[in-house]
Amino acid sequence: MRIGVFVCQCGTNIAGTVDTEAVAGEALTFADVAYATSYMYTCSEPGQQEIQRAVREHNLQGVVVAACSPRMHEPTFRRAVEKAGLNRYMFEMANIREHVSWIGNDRAANTRKAVDLVRMAVAKLRFNQPLIPLNMPVNKRVLVIGAGVAGIQAALDSAEGGLDVVIVERRPSIGGKMAKLDKTFPTIDCSSCILGPKMVDISQKENITLYAASEIESINGYIGNFTVQIRKKATYVDWEACTGCGLCMEKCPSAKAPDAFNEGLGTTKAINIPFPQAIPRRASIDPLHCRHFTRGKCGVCSKICPVKAINFDMQDAIVTEEVGAIIVATGYDLFDHSAYGEYGAGRYPDVISGLQYERILSASGPFGGHIRRPSDGTEPKDIVFIACVGSRDTSVGRPYCSGVCCMYIAKQAILTRDHMPESNSYVFYMDIRAPGKNYDEFVRRAQEEYGVQYIRGRVGKVYPRGNRMVVQGADTLLGVQVEVEADLVVLATGIEASAGASELAEKLRISYDQYGFYMEGHPKLRPVETNTAGVYLAGACQGPKDIPSSVAQGSAAASKVQALFARDTIETNPQVALVNERACIACAKCIQVCPFGAIKLKELRGDILKAEVLPTVCQGCGLCNATCPPKAIQLQHSTDNQILAAVNEICA
Amino acid sequence: MKRIAYYKGCSLEGLAAEYDLSTRALCEVLGIDLVEIPDWNCCGSTPAHSYDPMLSAALAGRNLAIAARQGCEMVMTPCPGCLKSLKGAQEICEHPEQRKAFLELVGMEMDERTKTVSLLQLLYEEVGLEVLQKLIRRPLTGHVIVPYYGCLLTRPAQIARFDDPENPISMDRLIQTTDATVPDFPYKTECCGATYGVTRNDIVGKLSGRILDMAARLGAEAIAVACPLCQQNLDLRQNQINRYCKSTFHIPVLYISQVIGLALGIDPKVLGMDKLSVSPDCLLQDLGGAENQESHICLSPYNPPKQIGQISQCNHAEYAQENKVSRIRLLCVLAADFARSVRR
Repeated sequence: MRIGVFVCQCGTNIAGTVDTEAVAGEALTFADVAYATSYMYTCSEPGQQEIQRAVREHNLQGVVVAACSPRMHEPTFRRAVEKAGLNRYMFEMANIREHVSWIGNDRAANTRKAVDLVRMAVAKLRFNQPLIPLNMPVNKRVLVIGAGVAGIQAALDSAEGGLDVVIVERRPSIGGKMAKLDKTFPTIDCSSCILGPKMVDISQKENITLYAASEIESINGYIGNFTVQIRKKATYVDWEACTGCGLCMEKCPSAKAPDAFNEGLGTTKAINIPFPQAIPRRASIDPLHCRHFTRGKCGVCSKICPVKAINFDMQDAIVTEEVGAIIVATGYDLFDHSAYGEYGAGRYPDVISGLQYERILSASGPFGGHIRRPSDGTEPKDIVFIACVGSRDTSVGRPYCSGVCCMYIAKQAILTRDHMPESNSYVFYMDIRAPGKNYDEFVRRAQEEYGVQYIRGRVGKVYPRGNRMVVQGADTLLGVQVEVEADLVVLATGIEASAGASELAEKLRISYDQYGFYMEGHPKLRPVETNTAGVYLAGACQGPKDIPSSVAQGSAAASKVQALFARDTIETNPQVALVNERACIACAKCIQVCPFGAIKLKELRGDILKAEVLPTVCQGCGLCNATCPPKAIQLQHSTDNQILAAVNEICA
Repeated sequence: MKRIAYYKGCSLEGLAAEYDLSTRALCEVLGIDLVEIPDWNCCGSTPAHSYDPMLSAALAGRNLAIAARQGCEMVMTPCPGCLKSLKGAQEICEHPEQRKAFLELVGMEMDERTKTVSLLQLLYEEVGLEVLQKLIRRPLTGHVIVPYYGCLLTRPAQIARFDDPENPISMDRLIQTTDATVPDFPYKTECCGATYGVTRNDIVGKLSGRILDMAARLGAEAIAVACPLCQQNLDLRQNQINRYCKSTFHIPVLYISQVIGLALGIDPKVLGMDKLSVSPDCLLQDLGGAENQESHICLSPYNPPKQIGQISQCNHAEYAQENKVSRIRLLCVLAADFARSVRR
């Protein structure tokens, strides 16, 4: 085999601490290496042309590039060698940037390590085989997980483009957190008025299938051909029959169920439609509070329902959907402020979260849009807002900024003043972060026009005095301690990853960061892609986000799916397991270990059993390869011979 | 009988002798065998760790190493200051280099299995509320006692690893087992002024005054504490505070071991109740006999019995005699007053 080695200098990224000329010189002494050189930017247009020229002039059969991480430029160089007439798998990459030059300053040691990595890549390349991908048809349906504003936008944009959309929401109604908001910053327009029409569109578009009160059970397959199982949770109401008349809710005698839509402020009926604009407008039963389930008798709803939709024996049902791409828009959850002992650890009814206050402000909220204290229902006069509760605080494991709290406090303070012109609002803040369009002007308006008192400093303690709350804090601009007596304390609770985000990530095989937010393909250049082909992200599941950014990502993810579906077929990855039938003893151990069900036994010439890999299902994890006792099953492009050759080089 | 190494620290030798007495008495009733660490030395306190963390670790860790040699897996110290030093020293077990330095300095090895607990943690986690509940002989029914934790017991959280650093509840729960009424005390972790009692007792007057004031507002007959320094500021300096705040607080400040000990039926003398500066008599009167039901009502600080006014005006000697304060305590008060006059 004739091999060419190209050592990239990456400007000074690599050449700064690695002697790339020496690495190239050393590479020329390796077996089969016919050509070696060092180049300033191998990934650039002239750099790629240099590879192609060398392949032709030196009759190369394989190429090694020693440069950055293969996650960065392996596809680039594979395309380059393919253009030069080689199979794209006759290419290996040695990572001498992330693994060498960026992590050490000792030039001699770095150079030695780079030489070793190149030697290993060359050794492996000598055992490489040309691999040919299969072409598979693309199923042009898209699954959207989560129907908050990001998911709704992604679904509507996809449907607008003519795609079949399946949208899954785990709560009984779509709308997500935005449906709970009263007004939105910085325009103070009514949240449900701008979201409502989009929600209705979801229910009316013919090419959108909505599964509410449903969760993802499992996901199999690969880009273009996913099989998704969806668990439709038992609502004890037949939604095909239910007309959403609300009669059951009116007559239900059990009124003690906590009102999840109102964030636990007030109660609702055990059978309920979560809110007036709910989509789908269908009732569901809370079995923890329904008298039929808790006491074994009642059944008022079932007697009164005009269409006989109540079914107490309903069980969860599993439905299967086939899709070609997945958009994940599972949103966020609110930080649980009971972590803060100094703010009462959730003990005081008049210390509430930002979203609870949003419900209090809302006309569809627990007090019909009149501002009342949860404890005694009186109108508060002095209201204190505390910023950064569960944001920018390492002591509760949330060092990041939630990004929206500064703005929503300003909005809530303005609305408070609008509702009650005689009231006083105080905001304790660390810094004001208002980088959006018209955002800073909005905060200034709260301060200047609405007279909201901004106090820069943290609050150390909140405790009751009589029936009011005392907020003790610091004013770091004046350098004094301050104490404010308030009737109501609103905590600007931050954003955290949605409950169950990590479990879903494992089903989707996408990665997530230490806080549970999903990882984008590249923080700057691939913001809505994941590292799993065919799975895209939208909204706050990727990190804290406000409504405009969530909507923008929803549209972006939809357009990525449109681009994917513009093709009729898609190439599969040929780096999958392959069975050498002569060596296979049909012990079926590979079938036991395969996490994807990609291996089965087939009959060969009558009664001889052999393992067979389904190349379209195999994900190339290599578990079967490691397990197989006679080493009959081999992961293509990472066979035992290839790995051992590389290991031998470094151990020799 | 459970064997636990006992590190009492310097303050329990002197000012807080009753903390020592009551802790020993309590542990005896609970069947805990306290083994005083032989040849124990100073934990290093604030000066050591502010000068050099390794000095602090070496001083405190030596005691842990001796305890380990004695075969004790658990070390208990009633003093939160010592607790922080001991728990901090234990941390170096996780760093091989510091461990090596410790060995060179002290000549002994610490055992990473040694667990240091406060008396509070011992009662709450090792003895448990249920066991305590069963042993109550003389319930404090009807008495209002507020728990005051101070700054150090649960902090810093990553070293203390006990209870909520901002809203601790262990002492609340322990006092509740005695059937006393325990109001939610908002100032349970506020600063008492600490060692400023010596150099700037106006600061203690202000800070401890706030704590006493809040306790009084909640109708507290007594404050339960677990720190000798807090006890000193709130109890021994209560008259200084009264002078500074122009108030008439008269709230006895008991160690948690004394509160639990009383409820377990231990003789108040054995618990060192006579060593308290602000007389706890009103708490004691209706114990056992329970004939004198009115006695504790007079304790509300806003309805003060006459003798309080007298005490605040009398001189130190009379005051000491009247309250049976030991000579050493009296000297401390005098020294503080002297320091103040020198500064002026």
